Amino acid sequence: MRSSILQTATRVLMPLLLLFAVFLLLRGHNEPGGGFVGGLVVAASMVLYAMAYGVDAGRRALLVEPATLLGGGLLLALVSGVPAVLLGRPFMTALWTRLGVGPAVLDVGTPLLFDVGVFLTVIGVVLTIVFTLADVTLSEH
Amino acid sequence: MSSEALHVAIILAPFILLPFAGWVGRHGSRARLLPVVPAALTVYFIYAFSLVGTRGPFRVSVPWASGLNLSLSFHLDGLSVLFATLITAVGTLIVVYAVKYLAGHPHAGRFQVSLFAFMGSMLGVVLSDNLIAVFVFWELTGFTSYLLIGFDHERQDARRAATQALVVTAGGGLALLAAAILLGRAGGTSSVSELLDRGSLAGDPLYAGIVCLIFLAAFTKSAQYPFHFWLPNAMQAPTPVSAYLHSATMVKAGVYLIARMTPLLGGTMLWTGTITVVGAVTMIGGSYRALLETDLKRVLAYSTISALGVLMLLFGIGTPQAVTAGLVYLLAHACYKGALFLVAGAVEHETGTRDVTALGGLRRSMPATALAAALAAVSMAGAPLLFGFIAKEQFYDSLMTLNLSDGWKTIAVAAAVVASACLGAAGLMAGVAPFAGRQTPSPSVHDAPPALWIGPLVLGIVGMLAGIFPALAASPIGWAAASVTRTATPVSLAIWHGFTTTLALSALTLAGSLALFVYRDAVRQLAWPRALRTERLYTGTLSGIDAISRGIAPALQSASLRSYVLTVLVTVVAFVTTALAATRVFPTPRRWTTIEPHEGVVAALIVAGALSAVFARSTMAAVLSLGTVGYGVALMYALLGAPDLAMTQFAVETLTVVIFVLVFSQLRGFGDLSSRVVKARDALVAAAVGTLVTTLVLFVGASGTTSRLSSYFAETSPRLAHGRNVVNVILVDFRGFDTLGEITVLVTVAIGVRALLLMGKERRP
Repeated sequence: MRSSILQTATRVLMPLLLLFAVFLLLRGHNEPGGGFVGGLVVAASMVLYAMAYGVDAGRRALLVEPATLLGGGLLLALVSGVPAVLLGRPFMTALWTRLGVGPAVLDVGTPLLFDVGVFLTVIGVVLTIVFTLADVTLSEH
Repeated sequence: MSSEALHVAIILAPFILLPFAGWVGRHGSRARLLPVVPAALTVYFIYAFSLVGTRGPFRVSVPWASGLNLSLSFHLDGLSVLFATLITAVGTLIVVYAVKYLAGHPHAGRFQVSLFAFMGSMLGVVLSDNLIAVFVFWELTGFTSYLLIGFDHERQDARRAATQALVVTAGGGLALLAAAILLGRAGGTSSVSELLDRGSLAGDPLYAGIVCLIFLAAFTKSAQYPFHFWLPNAMQAPTPVSAYLHSATMVKAGVYLIARMTPLLGGTMLWTGTITVVGAVTMIGGSYRALLETDLKRVLAYSTISALGVLMLLFGIGTPQAVTAGLVYLLAHACYKGALFLVAGAVEHETGTRDVTALGGLRRSMPATALAAALAAVSMAGAPLLFGFIAKEQFYDSLMTLNLSDGWKTIAVAAAVVASACLGAAGLMAGVAPFAGRQTPSPSVHDAPPALWIGPLVLGIVGMLAGIFPALAASPIGWAAASVTRTATPVSLAIWHGFTTTLALSALTLAGSLALFVYRDAVRQLAWPRALRTERLYTGTLSGIDAISRGIAPALQSASLRSYVLTVLVTVVAFVTTALAATRVFPTPRRWTTIEPHEGVVAALIVAGALSAVFARSTMAAVLSLGTVGYGVALMYALLGAPDLAMTQFAVETLTVVIFVLVFSQLRGFGDLSSRVVKARDALVAAAVGTLVTTLVLFVGASGTTSRLSSYFAETSPRLAHGRNVVNVILVDFRGFDTLGEITVLVTVAIGVRALLLMGKERRP
């Protein structure tokens, strides 16, 4: 059953939700937010999309396999600890640098990379479970 | 790089070069480079040996984890370097042989990697200065030998033999771990060289325990009775592996352990008595059993067991003369037995069979192999002018000078002569019978390629040179003996001692060997007593363990989620309540806050949701009620100033409802299945859990730790971690390692869920 109300609403909501998720991810270090909740928001929005347009459309919209996000996210989180090792510090020691464009300054560091890893992993985990579940249950009807 | 680091790097070279071995070993033409590595290592160890001889034992060490005060150190003395030289020298010949033997095999690269890893582990066992490192390398030799025995993993026999060898030797390895820990406690250090310097532990209260554990480790590894059965089965391995692991090196690790520990643990009745009895039984049983076999490799395997018994016997006796004899015997055995194994492989390679009764007359078609085989077999039989002769003379001499009554001495010497005669006959059976007499397989057989006979020929020639000029081997053996006896041990080896009793015994042995060899078909009709087949103990133990777990598993694993949850909750309530009761403090929060009206509304909503979930009449109603509880809790977080938790909880609750809806179709229809009693029980457990959690919350409010932690993080977070959101900073920075572990668990869960759901279904595109 396809609901055009849901489809239209989804079309408007999706960009907002995804932007909001990235916003949560980036500001997480200073304000409420972070990779975990950002990833959950992305996953929830993809689930919404899949409910409106079907699971196959949801998969297509994701562009990559959820499994790729699983592995990629975990790998990124792991890799974020390596630069410290190369500099002779213990694994996962945070390294920071300050980027500035005019009056806007931003502290960028390896924890942000780690948070992106968490973000991708969470998306991968939720969507792997939901999509597989949907495939299995829907194919039986 | 300091010179010590260079030494360490060289010793670890087989491990460092593993990628090289895999890459080079894959192709026949490139693989010819491989023997260069063990050959270079042999040169190094000969150099190290000369250092030990001139300057005495030394230790090389590099810091490993300096924070834990751990370093990677190796102890080079006469005994360890003698073994290391043996490992790399025989290893060189084995690699030369294996490259040809496996040329064109699709997994040749994998084989070379396992072989190199084995060589490195073996060097680690003999050279490591730290007891725990010795244990790690010891188990690594077992693990790599598992890979090598099971190399032909598509054959069930190979897999079973590999598992058996692993279970027996790795089980013994665990005893070594326990022994290493106890030795460290008793001796006050885990450094082998320091322990050796401190001297005997015979008076220590832990002594008997340590000795028994060391016995278990050494006897399993060196295939002593009653653990010997794995070795003949391990003949499923490719032939180079049998020659290297199961005759020249790995099985001698147990002998090495006994020799190494002699200064610490030797000299007591428990030590000498046990080792000599076990060694003697193994020596006689193995040599007799070897004569009953017709498979070339099994003949050699049983004769190896017997030779290991001889070595145990000699090192168990532990007198300077016996230790010297043991070292000579060890080297002689490595030469002739390694050669005979390689010859057996070459014969099988060319004729396609290893059955002694089906082989004969190959000397014409395989002259080079026949020469190598003859040199080795005659050395094993103990004919003069070969190293085997010297070894046997030393063996007899050390038995005859034992401090025993004449009667016991006669028995010991008689046993040694009988076993040696059987061994000699076995050697002739493996090294002479296939080449003598009329040609039995097809006449079109031609000689093996040079790479397959050069190794055994070199070993045979070395055995002959050492037999003619034994004095050359005397000083290295003296250095090695000195590290067992802890005193300077002058060694003199000579071919001719005059007309002595020993010479008469040697002649008798040789005559016995020839007689047994000539009448081998008659000997083969003899029986092997069923009571001695200890492999039944192994299979019996394994099936017993299976039976026990089949009995226990259904009780513990009911496969019912409800009973698991019930078990977990009841356990938690029981343990935590006990712990709380022991504190005897009633929790009184230091400050009660007033409840705002809107907070009361949310709390009521949560309670209503929970009650509604319990009394719901449909799955949908239950799920939505649970969702209400979750949203209520999230709302509470938001009201109490935890926005991060609230957001996460909202998102999780939403997704949970979606997942639940998807799972509906997989569930059975909603029904009232529990009896009244079960419901009452569940209500009781739920009430207990609720009460406990409430109490715990009150306890947390009563303690002062929370405020200190939050002020610590609030203060340090911006300064150390460039972030003001303490929750997130803790997640990604302060406790980032935990988070890494958690997301790994999440990924594992996702993979597990997917695998479970798709079980038995075609994977969707």
